[in-house]
Order: sequence, then C-alpha cells, then structure tokens
Amino acid sequence: MSQRQVLQVFEQYQRARTQFAQAVAELASRPQNIETLQNAGVISLLRPLLLDVVPTVQQTAALALGRLANYNDDLAEAVVKGDILPQLVCSLSEQNRFYKKAAAFVLRAVAKHSPQLAQAIVQCGALEMLVICLEDFDPGVKEAASWALEYIARHNSELSQAVVDAGAVPLLVLCIQEPEIALKRIAASTLSDISKHSPELAQTVVDAGAIAHLAQMILNPDAKLKRQVLSALSQIAKHSVDLAELVVEAEIFPVVLTCLKDSDEYVKKNGATLIREIAKHTPELSQLIVNAGGVAAVIDCIGSCRGTVRLPGIMMLGYVAAHSENLSMAVIVSKGIPPLCACLLEEQEDHIKAAAAWALGQVGRHTPAHARAVAVANVLPTLLAMYVDTRSSEDLQMKTKKALKNILQKCTYLPALEPLLHDAPPNIMKHIVGQFSKVLPHDSKARRLFVTTGGLKKVQEIKAEPGSLLQEYINTINNCYPEEIVRYYSPGYSEMLLERVENYHPVL
Amino acid sequence: MAALARLQARLSGLREEYFRRNRYLRKMTIVIQKWWRGYRSRRYFRKMVKTAYFIMKMNFYNEMAVRIQKRWRGYYVRKYIHNYYALKKYLEAISVNNEIIRSELQKYTEMKENEEKRKDLEKKEKEKQYQARKMHYLLSTEQIAGIYNSPFRKSPDPMELLLRKSKPLSHRRQQKKSPFACELHDWPTCKRPPSFSTAQPLPCIGRQKPQGPFRDPAEVLRQRYKPLEPTLRVAASISSPLEKAREEMKREEWRNRVHDNEFLPFSSYHKNEKYDPSIHRSGKYGQEAYGIKHFREVQPKKWVTDKDFRTVLPSIVLFEKFGKTYSRTGQIV
Repeated sequence: MSQRQVLQVFEQYQRARTQFAQAVAELASRPQNIETLQNAGVISLLRPLLLDVVPTVQQTAALALGRLANYNDDLAEAVVKGDILPQLVCSLSEQNRFYKKAAAFVLRAVAKHSPQLAQAIVQCGALEMLVICLEDFDPGVKEAASWALEYIARHNSELSQAVVDAGAVPLLVLCIQEPEIALKRIAASTLSDISKHSPELAQTVVDAGAIAHLAQMILNPDAKLKRQVLSALSQIAKHSVDLAELVVEAEIFPVVLTCLKDSDEYVKKNGATLIREIAKHTPELSQLIVNAGGVAAVIDCIGSCRGTVRLPGIMMLGYVAAHSENLSMAVIVSKGIPPLCACLLEEQEDHIKAAAAWALGQVGRHTPAHARAVAVANVLPTLLAMYVDTRSSEDLQMKTKKALKNILQKCTYLPALEPLLHDAPPNIMKHIVGQFSKVLPHDSKARRLFVTTGGLKKVQEIKAEPGSLLQEYINTINNCYPEEIVRYYSPGYSEMLLERVENYHPVL
Repeated sequence: MAALARLQARLSGLREEYFRRNRYLRKMTIVIQKWWRGYRSRRYFRKMVKTAYFIMKMNFYNEMAVRIQKRWRGYYVRKYIHNYYALKKYLEAISVNNEIIRSELQKYTEMKENEEKRKDLEKKEKEKQYQARKMHYLLSTEQIAGIYNSPFRKSPDPMELLLRKSKPLSHRRQQKKSPFACELHDWPTCKRPPSFSTAQPLPCIGRQKPQGPFRDPAEVLRQRYKPLEPTLRVAASISSPLEKAREEMKREEWRNRVHDNEFLPFSSYHKNEKYDPSIHRSGKYGQEAYGIKHFREVQPKKWVTDKDFRTVLPSIVLFEKFGKTYSRTGQIV
C-alpha cells in the first residue's frame, strides 16, 4: 500500500473522531437527548477521547462531558466515578486556553450538584490547578476557573476554607480589577460565596483588600455586576460589627441609596439586604444610616416593589426601630408606617407578613407616642385578625401576638383600642382592658365616650376569674362609674327589671 | 452566799458607823458630789445640745441640698440627656434630609429613564434611516408622485423628506448586524462578532483589460488581502505561562540593563578618604558642636529648674469638681 493510502486511513479515523465529539457536544446541549446518550454509555466513550493527540478532539470531548455533567447529578457522579477528573486536572497545566476553559467547565458542572461531588473534586487536587488557571492571561480561562471555584466554595465552610487555603482570594481580588465585565461578575460572586459561611473567611477576604474594589464597582452601570457586588458586601458585613464598620468606612453611603432606585429588582433587593446587615449590629450604625437618609430610600423602595423583594427592606426598618426610641421616632417621621401597613395587607406570603408585623411591633413598643402613631394607622385590627386566623402559620401568629402585646402595653389612644374589645381572645383582652383601666380614671371625656360607644357594656360581658389580673382591671373600670350605670349595662339587667315588674305589688 | 451577805452587811455597817462619826464629812462629800454631778451632767447636756443642733443643721442642709440637686438633675437631664428640643430639631432635620434624598433619587431615576428613552429613540431613528436608504427608489419624481407624496396632501409625508435626504445603499452587501452585537458583553472572550466571509469583490467598472499575461485583478486582490486564518495549533500558545513569563523577564532584562557596572554611590567611594570639614565649621580644637549637634545656645547654669516644660492638658472643668462639690463637714458626726 502506498504511503498516501496509509495516511488516508488515519485521516479518516481522525475525521470520525472529530465528528463524533462535535456531534455529541451538539446533542448534549439539548436536554431531551441526554437520557438517550446516557443509556448509550457516552461517558465511557468520551473518556479516551480526552487523551487524544488532536487538540480539537480533546476540547470538544471535554465540552461534551461538561454539558452532560451539567444536566443532572447522576451523570456528574458517573463522571467522577469514571476516573476522568485526575486526567483533566493533570492536563490542565499543560494545555492551551480552549482546553483549560473546557476542563474548568467540566469541574464546575460536577461541583455544582452536591457537597460530596465538590469534595471529590477537591480531593483530586483540582484546586491548585484552578488557582494556576486564575493566573492565566486569557480572561476566559480566568472566568471559567473562578466560576468552578465559586461552585465548589458555595456548599459549606470546609470547602470554602479549602479554596481559601489554595490561595485563591488574592487572585480573585485581582480578577475583580480586570476590565472584562463577565470576569468581574464571576469574581464578585465567588467572593460573595466564600465570605458567606463564617466570619474568619470574611476576614480573609477583607484582608486581601476586596472591600475597596467592591465599593468602587457599585457605581458600574451593569445590573448583574451590581447584584453580585452588593451581595458580596452584604455577606461580608453580616458577620460582626467590625466587618460592618469596615464596609461602611469604604464610603458606600450615600451611593448605595441609588442602587435602591435601580430598575433591576434584584439590585434593589441586594441593596436593601446590605443596608439591613449593616443596620442590625449596633445603634450607632443605624444612626449613621438614618443620618445619611437611608430610611427614606428604603421606605420608597418598599413602596415601589412587590413580593419577596420587599422583605430585606422591611426587616431593615424593624432593626433600626428596635435599637432605640429616637431611631424609632425617626422611622415614624420618615413616613415609615403606611408602607409597612400596606405590606401587611397586600402580601400573600406568610413570612413577609410576619416580618411586617414584627417591624410594626418594634416601631410601636417604646413609648405611648410611638404606640399612638402605630395605632392611628389603623393597623391593630389587621394584626388581631391575623393572629386569630387559623390559616396563618405558627410563625405569623407568634409574631403578631408579640407585636400586639408590645404595642398594646404602651398604647393610650383609646379610639384605636375600642374596636379590638369586641373580637379579642382572652390573652390579648387583658392588655386592652388593662390600658383602659389606666386611662379611664383620669379622663372624663374618655369615660363618656367609653360608655356611649358600648365599651362598658362589652366589658361587663367579659367573664374573668375572680382574683385574676383581668378581674382587677374590670373592677378598676367599674369603679370609675356610678353604680347604676354599671348595673344598667351588666348582662341580664333587662330580665332583672322585668322580674321586679312581675313581683311588684301595685300600691293602691 | 450567806457569808457574803454577812460580809456586806458588816461592811455597810462599818461604813455607816464611819459616816455616823463624821456627819460633817458626809455633808461636805455630798455637796462635792452634788456639784460634781451637776457639772458633769451640764457638760453632757451641752454636748447633747451641740449634737442635736448639729444634726438639725445637717438635716436642714441636706434638705436644701436635695432641693438644689432636684433642680439641677431635672435641668441637666432635660438639657443634655433627653433634650426635647434637640430631639425635635433632629427629627425635623431628618425629615428635611429625607426630602432631599428622595428628590435626588427621583432625579436619578428620571435621568436613567430619559437615557433609556433616548437610546430607544435613537435606535428607532437609525432604523428609519436605514429603511429610507433601502427604499430610496420610492422617492417621487417630476412626473410620478411617490406613495409618500400624494397630490391630495397639503405637504409631503415626513418619510418623503427623509427619502430625499438619504443616500441610496450601495450594492455591496452590508455586514449584517449580527444578533450577537447587543449581547457582546455577555461573551467573555468574543471581542468581535463572528464575521462571515465576504463575497468576492467586483472588479472596477470600465477598466480595459490590459494586454499581456496578467492575471485577473480580482483574483490578485483576493490573494493579496486574504485574511489570516491561523490554525488552532498556531493560534494557541504552546508554551506554558511559566516559559512565557521567563521569556518576558529575559526581554525586560535585556531592555533595561544599559549599564553593566553597578552605579557606585560616590566617585571616591572606594578610596576611603577622610572627610574634610569646611573652615566655617571647624573650630580651633576640632569640630564645633554648634551647627551639627545643636543650633541653639543653651546655658544650663542659667536655668531656673532642671526639668523641661511639661505639656499640661486642659482640664475638663466638670471632672475637677469630682468629690469636691459637697463640703466635707457632713462626714464627721
């Protein structure tokens, strides 16, 4: 046979391999084919192609494997069990950038499903190779490597610690400074996933100087980048007071407030989350946020959004109001109560309603002035209704009960308390009656109103055990009025009168 | 016991006898004792009176002190701790600040919206212009009125005016705006959209074919300006980053190393020459300390004390009064 014919055989084989790899890669991008591919045993066929001499075949095979592993965790487990990972990891250092990208894609696809698979990847020694890829010149390789690191670090704090120990954090901080937007996004979300687990990891990220760069990127117009940056800053700030102070020192206020007006919902949500994580630690930080006008911005943000996007804003107002009465008054003065009431009424989800009820409780519990501001907004009947409603979840009922108790213990605004007398369950009733018993002895106009609106009648109808607190309150109220009036309103008075009529012997 | 009683009786009897013998002595003793006891009691009484007076004074002072403290504490709390007016002003300042922030954020959103609208408008304008250029043949002529220039209209349609202004598109097929253009920033490494190969360029119009064994000019141009299509092997880097970095370092070294000898600090560095001080500073008996060690004449003999000036921090007036606000008279009772 001539040389040409011999070579032709090899060429045919190479073409066949390339075609196969490309076809499988193409098919794997559609979910409906994957079952068939899996049953045909595609992974064991792709495995030797990874070692092929021709670089195109290698890369296409790696890409196909990545797409397969991406689809579900059975395939990812098959990839791990098929001993493909060590080969990938070894060749990562030698090959060109397309191969590196494809290999990093495979690692990412395997790591995303569960912590055990991510642990398997770490045990193959993939972390060092990925960190070396982070130093590569091509931004695509850096992006793929940091994405893989993100999916590994996301599961739990041990894996994050492993990523940090491999020395990834300074390189990620360098990646953030690169001009490519996609690389910045991925690096920011990796830092966010690393720092979310524990304060030590967050401290490591801060020590690498990440905060300054992240704070600069808040001004970037790209919405997805802003999401990741705000999420990273909030994961750092949430752990302790010092970290929150470091984040604040990076001068994010008042720039962060413009993020609350962004057109993207998740940017607003993450911005509100960041402000919430800063406000919850100490009164001084809350004071700083109030002085910067953060409360007004968050209130507007709550008013303009719907759904779970509102939740961090509501919690932020609750935390600010919980610290001290001056801050709570600042929330009231910034017109914070109407949006909270609107949230309570409009939202369907129980956890958002519970958060709104808790926030209202924190606002109203400090002094009678605060409780009056909350009561005037006519929100107490709604809270009571939610507490009594059997369809509310446990959490919602508990939070509304606490909020009601806190507000009622300070509320002296009687017109708001009147409607509650009629439907309240006994444990709430004693607070309401207690408040009446405190206010009525000193205010004659209130006494008159109390009688005319039927409150005295209702109080007579309450049955209380003698000697209990409720009975004492009822006695105090009864002592405010002359005896005839009390007897007039007591139940069964009409029967008593009729009986007297019956037993009366006319005087002739 | 009985012995004791008898002893006592005997003793008292002895005493009585003694005193019976000396009635005068007894009387005088009584007088002395009377005076003495009176004196002692009066002294005691005076002491009691003094103490009572003292206690009365202290009570009075305490009450007055309580009144003063009451007033002071009320004032202090109202002015510094729960300052109502400061709180009111603070809350007003907060509302004002909130208004400012709200208006600024409103302006920001409006600006953003305007930008968006402007972008949309520009896009639409570009679309329209492109359409006008494509359909330039719909322009009306002298004889035939185009569809946008109906004779029943008062003035021609704006599209007509646009058609008049626009230049017709050339026959060269426009590089179609690929759908990738708007999502370019989503593609990390794709800097240019994937370009399709252009069709072969048309030869120049009206060119006489030159006589001779010349090749077709279109072919020549195509060959000359053929775009580079490197194979994967060529385009990809063969050497690992380590070797690339090494090469880079070598190049840098080659670039920057101009002078082979290290720069020495002074020309006579290696000669270990002694330094000659100038005439101004060398005194008769060696170098003078003035100008080198100090610039100011000190004459320690003229100093009043040995110690230097001490920095004294301004004291906080309120703290000075700690423990001294009330007199010490109250401690001795």
